[in-house]
Parts: sequence; C-alpha cells; structure tokens
Amino acid sequence: MAIDILIAEDEPSILESLDFILRRAGWSISAVSDGDAALDAVRRLKPRMLVLDVMLPKRSGFDVLKQIRASLETASLPVLILTAKGQQQDRRIAEELGADGFVTKPYANADVVGAVRHLLGEDVGTP
Amino acid sequence: MLSADFVIATAIAYVGLLFVLAYFGDRRARSNKRSFLHSPAVYTLSISVYCTSWTFYGAVGNAARSGLEFLTIYLGPTLVFVGWWFLLRRLVRISHLQRITSVADLLSSRFGKSNRLAVLITCIAVVGIAPYIALQLKAVTSSIQAVAGSSEFGQGSLQGIDDVGLAFGIAAGMALFTILFGTRHVDAKEQHHGVVAAIAFEAVVKLTALLAVGIFVVYVGGGFESIFAEAAAKGIVVDAQDTFDARWLTTLGLSVAAIVCLPRQFQVTVVENSDENHLRVASWAFPAYMLLMSLFILPIAVFGLTKMPAGSNPDMFALTLPLAFGQDGLALFAFIGGFSSATSMIILESIALSIMVSNHIVMPLILRFSSGVSSDGRGVTRLLLVARRFSIVLILSLGFFYFFFTRDSDALAPIGLISFTAIAQFFPAVIAALFWRDASLKAATTAIAAGFVFWVWCSFLPSFESVSPHVAWLLANGPWGISWLRPEAMFGLDGLDPLAHAAFWSLSANILLLTLVSLVTSPSALERIQASIFVDVFKRGHVPRGNFVPGSATANDLFFVAERVLGDRRAAALFEAEARDSGVDPDMLEPSPGFIGRLERELAGSIGAASAHVMLSKVVSGSDVSLEEMMQMADETQQVISYSQELEKTSAELRSTAQQLEDANAQLRELDSQKDEFLSQVSHEVRTPMTSIRSFSEILLDGGEIDAGQRQHFVSTIHQESLRLTKLLDEILDLSALERGERSWENRPVDAEAALDRALTVCEGLLRGVMVEQGGRAQTTMVEGDADRLCQVFINLISNAVKYNDSAKPLLRIASTVRAGSYTVDIADNGPGIAKGERKLIFEKFSRGQRATDQSGAGLGLAISRQIVTRMNGSLDLVQGALPGACFRVRLAVMR
Repeated sequence: MAIDILIAEDEPSILESLDFILRRAGWSISAVSDGDAALDAVRRLKPRMLVLDVMLPKRSGFDVLKQIRASLETASLPVLILTAKGQQQDRRIAEELGADGFVTKPYANADVVGAVRHLLGEDVGTP
Repeated sequence: MLSADFVIATAIAYVGLLFVLAYFGDRRARSNKRSFLHSPAVYTLSISVYCTSWTFYGAVGNAARSGLEFLTIYLGPTLVFVGWWFLLRRLVRISHLQRITSVADLLSSRFGKSNRLAVLITCIAVVGIAPYIALQLKAVTSSIQAVAGSSEFGQGSLQGIDDVGLAFGIAAGMALFTILFGTRHVDAKEQHHGVVAAIAFEAVVKLTALLAVGIFVVYVGGGFESIFAEAAAKGIVVDAQDTFDARWLTTLGLSVAAIVCLPRQFQVTVVENSDENHLRVASWAFPAYMLLMSLFILPIAVFGLTKMPAGSNPDMFALTLPLAFGQDGLALFAFIGGFSSATSMIILESIALSIMVSNHIVMPLILRFSSGVSSDGRGVTRLLLVARRFSIVLILSLGFFYFFFTRDSDALAPIGLISFTAIAQFFPAVIAALFWRDASLKAATTAIAAGFVFWVWCSFLPSFESVSPHVAWLLANGPWGISWLRPEAMFGLDGLDPLAHAAFWSLSANILLLTLVSLVTSPSALERIQASIFVDVFKRGHVPRGNFVPGSATANDLFFVAERVLGDRRAAALFEAEARDSGVDPDMLEPSPGFIGRLERELAGSIGAASAHVMLSKVVSGSDVSLEEMMQMADETQQVISYSQELEKTSAELRSTAQQLEDANAQLRELDSQKDEFLSQVSHEVRTPMTSIRSFSEILLDGGEIDAGQRQHFVSTIHQESLRLTKLLDEILDLSALERGERSWENRPVDAEAALDRALTVCEGLLRGVMVEQGGRAQTTMVEGDADRLCQVFINLISNAVKYNDSAKPLLRIASTVRAGSYTVDIADNGPGIAKGERKLIFEKFSRGQRATDQSGAGLGLAISRQIVTRMNGSLDLVQGALPGACFRVRLAVMR
C-alpha cells in the first residue's frame, strides 16, 4: 500500500524523532538517508508527500527537489524542506525550486506535524 | 729719408684728421638726415672695414707664400653680398624692427631674450677677436719697424724700443683714440655716424694707397706680363700648390661666416645701416671694392719676391718695395694706407665689442645688483659709457697680450683665420635664428659653447706652440699622452691642415648639436614668439606688437626709466611725439601697449633687448601683467598640463592601487565568505544535535504514552547528542585556537612510538572486532613535539579508520619506520577509501567523506590533526597504502 510520507534525512537521531512524531500523528512513514535514494523512493513508493532535508549525501535536497519538479509524474508532490541552515537564501532557493513548506532545525515537533498536515490537506475541518 | 719718428708723427696727425672728420660727420649727420653720410656709398665704404691690414699687408704675404689662396677671404663675402643679400636684408630688417645692437643681441633676442646666451657670445667674441686685434698691432708694429729699418737714421726715438714696447704704445694709443671716437655718447640705435664717416674715409685711403703701390709696381716692373715672366725666369712660382684643397674650402666658408658674424661687420652692415636699400648698392659695390683691393696683390707679391732680398718679410712688401726704390712719398702713403686699415678695424671692432660687453654683461649686472633704475640718479648712460671705455681697454689689452705671447709666429693671415674660426661659431645659430623656427635656446647655447671649446683646443691653443714648450708637447703627444686628443689631430683625423681640422671639428660639433638639441627640446613661449617674429619677418609686414599688455604703468614711471637710459632730450622727444600722435597733453599721456613696446625697442637699442625687457618689466609689471608674467602664466599652464599628465600617471598608479585594493577586498570577501561558510557549517553542525535534543525533549515533555524502553532510548539519545554537541564545540574551539596559534606548546623531545602505543591502548574499546595488523614498528624514536597532541592525532586517525570502515571484516594496519632522518607512521584500513574528488577536501574543516555513516564527528578531526602535525614541523597526508582503503601517513623529523 502507498505510504503517506517519505522522509529523506541523513541524521539518524533526527530521522528517529521525525519518524516517531509523524507516526504518532497517524501517518505511514518511509525513510531514506541520501538524495539518490530519495528520488528513487519517490518514484517507487509514490508517497503523498516528501519531508526533505537539504544537506543530504550524494545529492543535495535542492537537487532532489529540482528533479522532482522536473518530472511530470512527481511535479505536484508536496515537499516540505527541512534545513539546519535556516537562512533567507536557503528559503528563497527552496521557494524558487517550488517547495511547498519550509521548516528549520531545530524545529518544534508541533510545527512539523502542522506543516505536514497542511501539505496533506488534512487540516481543513479538523477540530 | 723716412724715419720712424716721422711716420709716427704722420700717423698721429692722420688720426687727428680722422677725429675731426668724425666730429663734423657726426654733427652733420645729426643735423641733416639727407646728408651724403647717409648715402649707400658711405655705407659700402664702411663695410670695407672688412679689409684690414690683414688685406693690406697680409694678403700680399699670403699670396707670396700660398698663391691665390688669399682670394678665398674675399670670395666668401662676395658670395654673401651677391648671392645671399636676401639674408642680409632679412638680418637688417629684423635688426631694425627689434633694435638689435650686436650679433649677441640678435641671438639673445631671437632665443627668448636670453641674457645668458648673449653673455656667452660676448665672451667668445672678446676672446676670439683677440688674435685679430693682435694681427693689427703686429702689422702696424712691423710697418713702423720696416720704415725704421730702412735706413740708419730711421730708428730715431725708437732706439732701444723693441717690438713689444712699440706694440704696447700702439695699443695704448688705439685705446685712447677709440674711446675718444666711439664712446662720446650712447645712441638708441648704436649708430655712430661720425665713426662711420671716418671709416669710409679710411676705406678710400687704404684702397688708394694699395692701388698706388700696385700701379707703381706694375709701372716699375714693366707691366703684368713682364713681372710674371721675370719671376718665372727666376724660378719663382707663387701658385704651385694644389689649388682647391681643404684649406681653400675652409677659408672660403670661414669668410662667409665672418662677413656676417664679425662684430664690426655686423655693426657696419646691420646696425649702422640707415636704409635697407643701401644693401642693393653694397651688394655689387662691396665686391667691386674687394676686387680692386685684390687686383694688385699678386703682382706686388711676385714683384717683391723677385726684387727683394731673400728672407725679407713678404707681408711688408707693399711698404718695403717703395722704400727699396727710394719712393719715400709713396712709402709714406702706403704706411698710412696700412695704418688706416688697421685703425679702422681696431676702432670699429672695439666699439662693437664694447657695446656687447656693456649691454650684455655690465648692464644686466647693474640691473641685478642695484635696485633698478631709481637708485642711480646720474643715469645709466654715464655708467654705460664708463663700461664701454673699460671694455675697449680690456679688448685692446687682450689683443696686446695675444700679440705678446705669439710675437714669434711670422705670417699675418693665419692669425686672422684663428679669429675667423672663433667667430664662425655664431654662424649656424644666426642662420637658424633667421630661418628655422624650431631652433631652441638650449640648442644654440650648447652648439656655440661646444664649437667654442673645440676652437680653444684645436685652434687657439696651438697658436701658442712656439712660445710654450707645454703646448708644443701637447700638440705632439696629446693630453696625458692620449694621442687621439691631440689638438691638431682630434679623433685620429691626422694630416689635415690645422685650420681645416679646427674648423671641421668645431663647426661639425656646433651644427650637429644645434640640430639635435633643437629637435629634442621644446622652446619656451617667449622663444616661440621671438622665433616667429624673426622667421616670419617678411610675412607679417608689421611691427611686432608690444610685449606688454595694457596696464596702469604711468607715463611718469616710464619717462623716469627712459630718461635714465636715453637721456633727457631723447626721452622727452619720444614722449612728446607719442602725446602728439595720440592727441593728448604730454602730462596726461596714458602709455599704450604699443608705446611701451616702442619704448622697449628704443631702450633695447641702448642697452640690449634682454636688459631693456627686464628694465621695463620692473616698471610695467609693478601693477600690471607683463609679458613675462604672461609667459610665466603660460609656463604655469604648461606646468598644469604636465602636472595633469603627471596626475594621469598618478591616477594610473591609483588605478592599480585600487585594483590591488579590490583584489585585497576580494580576498577579504573570500575570507569573509569562508568565515560565513565556517559559521554556516558550525551552525549546521550545532543545529543537528540541537534538533534531536529539542525534538526528543518535546516528545518526552508531551507526556504522551511512551513505553519505558522507548523513553529510556530517547533520554539516551538526548544525552549522546549533548555529548556530541560538547565535543563539537570543544573541537571548534581547539581548531580555531590552533589556527590562531594560541594553542601553542613547546616542542620537546618525545618518544613517538610511545605515543602511538598509548593511542592504540586508548582505542582498545573501539578496536574490538577489528583486526589490527602490526606492519613492522620502529624502535623508540625521539621527535620534537608534544606527547599528548601526537597521541591525539594517532587516536583520531585510528578511530577514523575504524568508524568509516564498513567492511565485513574490518582490518587496520599500523606500520612505523625511520628512514633518512624521517619517522613515518602509516595507518591504513580496508574500508571504502576516499573518493578521488574528496581527497583534497578531506583535511578541510567540516569535511566528511560522503560514505561516512557515523555522523557523530563534526568533520574537524583531520583538520585538527593536520594543524597539530604541522606545528611539530611534520606532515599529515593521504597516501596510497598497502590496504584497499585509506592510508594516512604522519611524517616527523627524527631528533639527532
């Protein structure tokens, strides 16, 4: 069955925390730890959305995003960018590349869950 | 029988006659502008002052010695007057317009009114003319002695007086005579009508005398043919030499220059000229005069050689032949003729030279050292006259001394040619002054000075050969024995006639320098103005405008100056005429620029262009902008231009400095961006554990349902990430301290092997499950360093080899050797190795291999290790190792 969220994150502990809070919120999760794997998993698993770290081994998060947007199949996939470099420049690049959301590390768990929910379109009508 | 006393008395009487002539001539010329004294005939006759006793006596001697060579001296002037009279006309026109008083004034005026040039020319002229004056003294002395020696009673009161005493007496008499003649007043145009009248009279006397002797000789000899036939029969050939040799050409060239540049010729031809049209007459009449003078030279010489006893002085034939034939009356006439030619030359030459000395040397000194015109209440005129009298004495003294030192040399003509060569040095500059706009002051000065130096060395000095053994030795061997500097064989040019040699070198240097320096220097503004006035004198056809711009110099000030120089009457006349012309009362006269210009020219006529200019500048520029100041302003403009060029240069330098600054800035920006990069890296490295800590803390704080095991795991993660954070911060601090050189330690002898062993011991836990291969170890090796730091490096390398090793059977190989004074430790693993593209970056901060799976390191370890090893004067490199994975090599110098 199709999963809800694909997480691309190379820091094991951060991945663990994301996995925990998003599962606890009720979504099905799959995770990869580098850029190539992320692209591959997007095509293979067809997640409803992608939580994407910028600093990924092999292929940067921005590059992954660019490829996703370039492919018709995945162009409309909601992508939430995660980065430790919470700088204006990164946010601008992310927006230009067509990111749908942007969360900086260290994040508040609630922010991540809220952003994911928003991108999955599940916040409307939720109490 | 003629006696010396009688001829001397006759000579004095003749001089008295000349004086009376000059006096009345002067008065007549002043009262009547249309007097015959202003006629072209008198003008032409006065130019004949060119024919001196050199001609009267010397030409005969010259003809007797060298045949027709004597003619060249007259050929040159003939060429100038017939062929080049346009040059003379130009010279006369310019000199009238500019109130030129001498050749020195001419060149000074042309080359930016430079007084320095005028002084140079004056000095050269005074020195250069000395032999010429000496020639006249010698001729007169010889002629008196010839008379005295002609009979036993001839000596009279000359008994016991040698030629030196006689010459001294003649020189003194001439000085007195010239002073009485030529320095009675100072004229604005430096015209001496009385003197010119006397000179013209003398020209007639000497021509008639020589013609009389010539006719007598032809009559006695039975006609031209018989004279030459008799001589030929006696084997006397006067024309045996090669006719057109270098000497011919040289004397011809020198005489061309002399007729223009000799001070007295310039005086009579240019300064004393009252009407330009007189030149037309002179252009044929003067050559005709010279032809008449030369007509009987050769017959007299040949007849003398035939009839006179062997060894008699051929220079004196014109006098001794009549004496020998007992024709006392004719002999006396011949003596007076010779005396005329000598006196006319001496009088005019000294006057011309004294004008130069007083105008160009004395006057500028007065202007410089007195506070100007005002301090000298008695007027400049008197001072000028005193200066001129003094100059005349000086000039005749120099002539006398030259005579005294060279009295043993026999012939007259060669002495004259020495002077000609000196004076010829002015000729190239004069020609350039008239025709070449680009000729510059520097060029003229250098050229004339160089020519003069060559003249002194090659011509003047050798004339003392017979009296000075030093000079004789110098001539034979050269200075310090340098043969190519011998005065008569410069630069190896041997075998040329000494005169031709001297003329060749002096004039070559002169012309070459004049041309080259003119081409490389740029004339000043005043030079350019004067150049165009000179060169375009016929083109413009109007009197050059005043050199002063309108201002508020009062007529009183100007009158005060004019009165001092020109005298009360002339000054008043000048001002009244101006007042009449402008139709105002003389007291109300406002000096116009034109008037000031005219006044300057009038003053220039008395005191020279340069001095007049300085003098008027003092008055006019008091409250006004003088040309000088304008020139100064122009110069300043020039300076501004060159300054701006300088600025341009400077700004080019500034540009390059700016470029350097920009580069430095770029470097700083680069460093800055590196710093940004570093901060951003640090930020990232810090945020990563912070993210985990915050996230897990929130999970725990949420108080949701978490089982105990999971809770335990989360707390442990938080703990680990905290440790990682601490370690990261420690490393950052350590590295930055290392980089800044703060974390320094004293390198002291440590046992590197012990440090390696200790590192292995520390890493024991880490190495569990890893096969460690000891690839041969060195003995105890002492290196310079810090034991703890070295141990830290080894731990870092070992833990890297383990941490990043994903092999199923991790293998670590440690080997150490000592070779060629180097202690080397290789730490190799069988891990994935370092990708080629990463090898350079691996030692950079925050650089982690892409394959790194363990993210606990901040990527600072290798950077720190390399810093440490570098501090120990060693190196840490990635090398090709024995195992498939990475191999790091530490190399340190072994202590001796």
